[in-house]
Amino acid sequence: MAVWTITSRGTLPAVVGFVAYGLLLALVWVRLAAPDVALTEAAIGSGITGGLLLGASARLRATEAPATGETPGMTLRVATAALCALVAAGLAAIVVLLPEPAPTLAPQVAANMAATGLGNPVTAVLMAYRAIDTLLETVVLLLALLGTWSLAPDRIWGGFPGVRHDADPHGLLTFIAQFLAPVGILVGIHIFWVGSVAPGGEFQAATILAAMWILAAMAGLVDAPPVSRRRLRILLVAGPAVFFAIGLAGLAMAGAFLAYPAPYAKLIILMIEIPVTLSIAATLALLVAGPPQRAPPR
Amino acid sequence: MPNSATAGGFLLVLAIVLPVAGVLLSVALGGRQAERIALIMMPAGLAVAVAIAAGVWRSHSVLQYFVGGWDPPLGIAFRADGLSSVMIVTAALLICGIGLFARTQFPTPRGAETRTSLVFWTLLLAVWGALNAVFIGGDLFNLYVALELLAFAAVPLVCLDGRAETLAAALRYLLFALLGSILYLLGTVLLYGAYGTLDIVLLSSRIRAEPVAWASVSLMTAGLLAKAALYPLHLWLPPAHAGAPAPASAILSGLVIKAPFFLVVRLWFDVMPRLPEHVAAQVLGALGAAAIIFGSVVALRQARLKLLIAYSTVAQIGYLFLMFPLATGPWAADAFSGGIMQALSHAFAKAAMFLSAGLIAESLGHDRIAGLSGAARALPVTFLALGLGGLSLMGLPPSGGFAAKWLLMKASIEAGQWVWAVVMAAGGLLAGGYLYRVLAPALSGESPQLKKAPARSRESVALALALVALLLAFAPPSFFTFLQIGRPAAGVALQ
Amino acid sequence: MSSATLYGLCGAVLVGLGLFGLIVHPQLLRKILAFNLIGSGVFLVFGVVARRGAAAGFGGDPVPQALVITGLVVAFAATALVVALLLRLFEQTGQVTLRSDG
Repeated sequence: MAVWTITSRGTLPAVVGFVAYGLLLALVWVRLAAPDVALTEAAIGSGITGGLLLGASARLRATEAPATGETPGMTLRVATAALCALVAAGLAAIVVLLPEPAPTLAPQVAANMAATGLGNPVTAVLMAYRAIDTLLETVVLLLALLGTWSLAPDRIWGGFPGVRHDADPHGLLTFIAQFLAPVGILVGIHIFWVGSVAPGGEFQAATILAAMWILAAMAGLVDAPPVSRRRLRILLVAGPAVFFAIGLAGLAMAGAFLAYPAPYAKLIILMIEIPVTLSIAATLALLVAGPPQRAPPR
Repeated sequence: MPNSATAGGFLLVLAIVLPVAGVLLSVALGGRQAERIALIMMPAGLAVAVAIAAGVWRSHSVLQYFVGGWDPPLGIAFRADGLSSVMIVTAALLICGIGLFARTQFPTPRGAETRTSLVFWTLLLAVWGALNAVFIGGDLFNLYVALELLAFAAVPLVCLDGRAETLAAALRYLLFALLGSILYLLGTVLLYGAYGTLDIVLLSSRIRAEPVAWASVSLMTAGLLAKAALYPLHLWLPPAHAGAPAPASAILSGLVIKAPFFLVVRLWFDVMPRLPEHVAAQVLGALGAAAIIFGSVVALRQARLKLLIAYSTVAQIGYLFLMFPLATGPWAADAFSGGIMQALSHAFAKAAMFLSAGLIAESLGHDRIAGLSGAARALPVTFLALGLGGLSLMGLPPSGGFAAKWLLMKASIEAGQWVWAVVMAAGGLLAGGYLYRVLAPALSGESPQLKKAPARSRESVALALALVALLLAFAPPSFFTFLQIGRPAAGVALQ
Repeated sequence: MSSATLYGLCGAVLVGLGLFGLIVHPQLLRKILAFNLIGSGVFLVFGVVARRGAAAGFGGDPVPQALVITGLVVAFAATALVVALLLRLFEQTGQVTLRSDG
């Protein structure tokens, strides 16, 4: 599947191949005993990334023919292929040479999980032991969105992201959206809730929520708010802000930034996860929608 | 090395929290408040930076903090040694200076929020927070996240004016940055797979000279070199740094480009402390030498001032990497001090030069070097700042650049590796050449008509930064001892 | 050779494949696809490392798995920014490749 993505002639088939590849990859993750990652790969790596790239390739379709003229000649391709094969071989050798028994932090994760009150070890790593990574990651998402917004021309600044789709009350897409969206939202909430003890968690839930919104937007049922709207901004910022605030409170309550006092740890983590999930859902949806393209309301 | 959180460690958290809080507040409150929020954060952040340096100085050891109270390898540590402190203070000073300079260019709008007012100030704070995260990060994956934060904050600054050329430059920058990140990430996964931790201190005790370690460090170094625009991976830098608005160019060339270099130092000196003894260090040195020659020669041929200054950055980055082949033996401390001093003085000098170039472009309406004749009479303070910055780049006394090159040359002669000294001398001459191209016509000829006169405050900021670059020459020996705080015992901590 | 190591080799192949695609295709959208391929190869190696670290009743070491999740999110953010830049460049100039100008 991956070979198809690289070698296919047209861009659209390549993107479709890529989405299919992503779904296969999610299955591989399940085989690797990493269900949380499988969910995230299917949702983010394949799902919304695929949506983004499909949208982009649709807009760029007119440019296929002229661009292929710049493809490098045969000798360069062969040389590059040889070089890349070498890199892959070297990497493969290193992977095979990794030490046995493999060093692992699993015992330490297990030993400390009681203090976090969580049942899902991956969530424990993301929200407790390495919480600062997750916190900075939400800021990374926000910055990517700001950067995307910054590409709008000045006169459209503050306007509505993306193109407005018209709602067709009897159309198939509208039907699917009206039916699927509430189901999707429920699924998202379930995955979020369950993530503390079983595979799932905030990123996967956020992606599903975002996908539902995107579906509704494509069907014309909802429209993105203009990027200058105060409430939208607060929604985007709420997740990281609450995360930071609770982190700072941890100083007083548990002796360190982002520490959680033991009896309330699970509750506190939940208090962080709810706004973070909502903020990330909004950020992901808006990243797919793109920079403002319609002028703001007067 | 103490293995628990030290007093004052919380300052490290503040160094990140303050700028990021500013980012969040700016987005929430909008572009009308963004400038004000930045202006409040700047002195606060500067105070924290100075406090960190003071804490490291007083305790003569590393400030350490375990986030969440979890020890590595499970948790993530923040650490500030002498090197970190110096970089944090430099970043704070430069951000404050550049922020003051940029007030006129990106003022708070009277009516509705404008794009540039929100984006510039928010990204300024974001760059600051990301830089601090890089300087104090003690975990290699956390550093990956910090690097991505830095890239996403820096790239939109390049295309802030929205022109097609800057968009292309920003795209190229982002692609190189992402390639660098992927290579870096690949290195970290191999290290974790082999040693079970990504904490720098723990890794240094577990790592051994075996193929996995070689592969990881090579990958990570390659990725970081792409981000640092070391020859031959420098293609993205000149259009990006030249195309950005002047305050952004100052941040990019002064600070952002130093972060990947800082991480190469961390990798080669802290994670794998015996690495500079290896012949691989000669490769880094050779690439640095190539950068110096190539960058300086191409700078000579530029027609536009900002592009000339950007190619000069490509050259000056090369000096930084001359530190690596010289970093073992009795002259190691000199080489280390020289390399860091070069990083610092270049940061101030280059920022001053880009700010001056921005003023010149605004005042004359263009930045063609051919059209600069007589400009120094019309813009004396601006050209003074430009010239003093150039002094440091050339390595003439008294300047930080001179101190840096002196130390590096001394080390290279003592080490018997003459070639670096020759390259440095050549680089100095070439720098003199391209500066002469700019300054000579500016100092003679008819004074041109100014489209608008630059604000006195902005000229003063540029001049002040250039003067700091000069003042670095007078750093006392205790400065170099300070730099050595936290170094693994390999070198002797004296000048 | 265990199944985990087999997946690791797949990861290595993906990285090589993606690198080839990155260098060979001039269109930026193809380059972005290639980047994502390289990224997924790297994440797969992470997954192999995690699987090899199965202990304490877990099927895999949770730390690398968590790092992959973080990495996936960051990779999406990067893709979104690149796509936005690309589309804007296309809007303004109609070009979809980066011609090197010296």
